Amino acid sequence: FKSLVGKDVVVELKNDLSICGTLHSVDQYLNIKMTDISVTDPEKYPHMLSVKNCFIRGSVVRYVQLPADEVDTQLLQDAARKEAMQQKQ
Amino acid sequence: MIVYVSLHEPDISLTSVIQGTVAIVTSDGRMIVGTLKGFDQTINLILDESHERVFSSSQGVEQVVLGLYIVRGDNVAVIGEIDEETDSALDLGNIRAEPLNSVVH
Repeated sequence: FKSLVGKDVVVELKNDLSICGTLHSVDQYLNIKMTDISVTDPEKYPHMLSVKNCFIRGSVVRYVQLPADEVDTQLLQDAARKEAMQQKQ
Repeated sequence: MIVYVSLHEPDISLTSVIQGTVAIVTSDGRMIVGTLKGFDQTINLILDESHERVFSSSQGVEQVVLGLYIVRGDNVAVIGEIDEETDSALDLGNIRAEPLNSVVH
């Protein structure tokens, strides 16, 4: 994930809120700090109108949407496979 | 991209947000605005001057919930940094919206 810092992503939360913004930092719990955010969908969630930067707790993230060209999916798949195998052992 | 989980690895720094006004979204879908005084590893928060913003067909900042609050990290979903200028420009009386959903696991 650290290679994605500085990229624009959309984070979909478990409470159905989708937040678009620039990835500022990520930590071991997958907490995400984002800058310059805006609410993507129909802004029926106006609560964030005055918020420009936010910290999102890892446990409430459902998905992180990435543009396909930001990630070398082959590399990612290999790395994920390796980790899964390590965890099984 | 193998993530080495290490206890020495610093967490994302919330120190930049400390002392500022923040909007907390809780796991039950509530929004609380206050001044962030402190935090820890599990994102337990110390919030001063907290009031809840309830959204419905007729909006308004609900009340001063508690002067000083400790919110347990488990219940924190989002911490948003509130920009003073934008926030004062916001006419709270005019906003009509549905309440936030609660976090479903």
